[in-house]
Amino acid sequence: MRDKGEPVNKNNRVIEKLSSIFGKPVVKRTSIPDCFWALFALSTCLKVLLIPAYYSTDFEVHRNWLAITHSLPLNRWYVDATSEWTLDYPPFFAYFEWLLSQLAQYVDPHMLDVHNLNYASERTVYFQRISVIVVDLVYALGVYSCLRALGIAKKTQQHLAGCLLLLFNVGLIFVDHIHFQYNGLLFGILLLSISALLNDRYLLSAFSFAILLNFKHIFLYMAPAFGVYLLRFYCLNKGRSILNTVNAMMKLLAVGLTPFVLSFGPFWHQIPQVLSRLFPFKRGLTHAYWAPNLWALYNTADKVAAVALRREKSKDGDPTTTSGLVQETRHLVLPNISPAVTFALTLAFMMPILLKLLLTSSTKRAKLIFLRAVVLCACSSFVFGWHVHEKAILMCLIPICLLALLDRTDAKYAYLLSVVGYFSLFPLLFEVDLILQRRIQRRLL
Amino acid sequence: MKSVTNVELLAIACLGLAIRSIISLHSYSGFGVAPMFGDYEAQRHWQEVTVNLKASEWYKNGTNNDLLYWGLDYPPLTAYHSYIMGQVARKVNESFVELGTSKGIESGDHKSFMRLTVLAADILVYIPAVLSMCICLDRTFQTNIKLELFIIFMLCPAQLLIDNGHFQYNNISLGLCIMAIAAILRDRHYLAAFAFTLALNYKQMELYHALPFFAYLLGQCLSQKSVSALASKFIAIATTVVATFILLWYPWLHSLGSTSQVLNRLFPVSRGVFEDKVANFWCSLNVVFKLKNKLLNHQMALICMGATLFFALPTNVVLLKCRNKMSFLWALLNTAAAFYLFSFQVHEKTILLVVLPACLLFNWWPREMMWFLETAVFSMVPLFKKDNLLLPSITLAIIFYIVYNIFWNEKDEDRNIVQTHSIKNISNFLMATVVMASVVLAAPSKFPDFWSLLIAVISCAHFMAALLFGNIQQIIGAFN
Repeated sequence: MRDKGEPVNKNNRVIEKLSSIFGKPVVKRTSIPDCFWALFALSTCLKVLLIPAYYSTDFEVHRNWLAITHSLPLNRWYVDATSEWTLDYPPFFAYFEWLLSQLAQYVDPHMLDVHNLNYASERTVYFQRISVIVVDLVYALGVYSCLRALGIAKKTQQHLAGCLLLLFNVGLIFVDHIHFQYNGLLFGILLLSISALLNDRYLLSAFSFAILLNFKHIFLYMAPAFGVYLLRFYCLNKGRSILNTVNAMMKLLAVGLTPFVLSFGPFWHQIPQVLSRLFPFKRGLTHAYWAPNLWALYNTADKVAAVALRREKSKDGDPTTTSGLVQETRHLVLPNISPAVTFALTLAFMMPILLKLLLTSSTKRAKLIFLRAVVLCACSSFVFGWHVHEKAILMCLIPICLLALLDRTDAKYAYLLSVVGYFSLFPLLFEVDLILQRRIQRRLL
Repeated sequence: MKSVTNVELLAIACLGLAIRSIISLHSYSGFGVAPMFGDYEAQRHWQEVTVNLKASEWYKNGTNNDLLYWGLDYPPLTAYHSYIMGQVARKVNESFVELGTSKGIESGDHKSFMRLTVLAADILVYIPAVLSMCICLDRTFQTNIKLELFIIFMLCPAQLLIDNGHFQYNNISLGLCIMAIAAILRDRHYLAAFAFTLALNYKQMELYHALPFFAYLLGQCLSQKSVSALASKFIAIATTVVATFILLWYPWLHSLGSTSQVLNRLFPVSRGVFEDKVANFWCSLNVVFKLKNKLLNHQMALICMGATLFFALPTNVVLLKCRNKMSFLWALLNTAAAFYLFSFQVHEKTILLVVLPACLLFNWWPREMMWFLETAVFSMVPLFKKDNLLLPSITLAIIFYIVYNIFWNEKDEDRNIVQTHSIKNISNFLMATVVMASVVLAAPSKFPDFWSLLIAVISCAHFMAALLFGNIQQIIGAFN
């Protein structure tokens, strides 16, 4: 297209000179970079952008806990009932809130007043939101060490997928950064504990898992998987004498119980009161908003049957399952379910995988089965548990990401479960944020 | 080289939408600032006017249409778009567009509605246009960068913040313009002429891109073998453009008066050479030489026109002589930059028109274009501060920067003698410092506009450098 002739030669020299000064166009590269921390920074930015998003009553719950731990003496923490959102997490979480409150008093002291119910000044919102974002650093550490413990090499597609799945986990972003909770911290500890176990550092794993239990006792549901694995591969390992086994058990017990002593120690004279707060069996079979588990189907069947049989309510004002309040309910047709039944069912459905874990001999294979056991324990407790929250599905969804990275078949099931799982979280949210979820699931494919 | 799957492209589109909807959660221009509010209210007001009045009254001052209160000052396609949205708004909630009484409405519902209209424009116009552009670019230049380019467009902070944060519909005019560029890249000249005419009729600011289109298409006509082929091609293109114009302007063509009425609205000479502090040449010059006191608006308009043409013509002459597509992309950048720097009545938001070609050139000049995009966001910081959008704008800029580093981090061998790398670092540091200082320190009481002026002058210097760089690169590319 350009004209060729005499002046070009002279021009060429000028052009070359110019181009050596001002640069030449670049050629693209295609390898996958190591970008764990860059992705974490990206996810942090995303969370910052979500600060003005809607938050649920959990925001007020945590604000109230800040106020309780800051302004009341230790022996009132689990007694106070000024707000309906009483402290119902184990003591480590309360200490964590106390630590936060030490910072909060410089941000806005009004949020630390127990009587200042539903207080949400701009500073309070920013403080609480940012505290969640900052403690997600623990989660990032957990993800990092887990990916390393699984032996996933950096700069591979697998590593990138792992980072994306875990660091941009839609469920966590929904629940922590929109709905408002501190799950990032908790799952961070869980992942650290899992990674310690995968690295054969059993005592560290037991210790960190015990700490986790003292942050949020719902992780008890996963304890069987940890317990069986540690028993099988730490205590009853091949070639150990009985003395050694007893010794190992003692060590494990000592390490596992230390966090409990540290946590519940200061409350030793009011343990029953604390426990009644932690395990409120009075709250009923299903949560105010039914979690998508067996009991939701059971309740529905009961309602359908009641309508079909034209059975009226037995007494006026007797609470029903859909009243939206947290309280005990009665079924109209089907038999009422007691906590014991739910526990029996939960345990029964955990048994197969636990037995399989117990009977596995190769350590390498056992690790895969252990991860499956963690997921299945969480699943069975979600499906059959007493008073399950819909958010508890995260306990399946986070560990299953690890499983998806290891095994192709597992990845398929993981994909299916994740789609349904994240979908089940939708009622927590309002519409505009939903688009986010498709992206990561598509990555999974 | 691995090929890019459709799933990945879809994932990026979803990512773009997700980011856009998250930005939508934040504040918008003129929130709570009675009595004039901002661009958000302007757009809503246009819906109100177009739905309730006859087309002939849209641009005319009347009892029901006070042109001093956000009178319609965009071309007909915007008006039609407002009309459609207004009809939808009526279905959703009649109070959104009720004549007179809906002024300054600020409910959560209405915010969601308006935000969703922008997202709809993103989905219907902008994202398909960008996607087709990325694919066309790959085919034309035999590259494999559509994924990266798509990411750049989806996350480009300047466009995102103005449309989904500040509140405007640049995505439509830019999307149409992108379609026109894609058509040019694939040698569909009539389609290009049509799409660009639509863009021009959505926002007259698209004039910033008009010269390269004209030069390129004229060049294509001139390179026809025979005179008759030349004439027929030229006439066909001209007919496409004129017919599109007539179609769109039909309601206002029945008398000269009403046509000039619309034109007067579109090119308001009386509004002065610039309004807020904007990072162009005249505003920077105004620091030392008070233009507004010394020159009349009409004189100023003429000077602006002369200067703009002086800086915009060379690049288009080069394009006319050397009709390759790379040269076309450079000409888009250079012309838009020249218009931004030297033309009359420039808004800070018009930098988006320069950002568009900068994104297109990203593949070949990542560092320089990145630098330019950063400066573009920087130049709008005073605007974002006013809109309460500073936090999202800084966060988005960081996101963009990290993404850039993930995708373009490798080669750091020195490509040139001018150490753009270190200069860029210094300039980034300077910009970050100024932004932080402007947040922390109040402006001196004697100069309340100190920070915005400083930002404008710094950005202006960068843009001038970009204009120079673009011209030189175009010449190198054209004659090498």
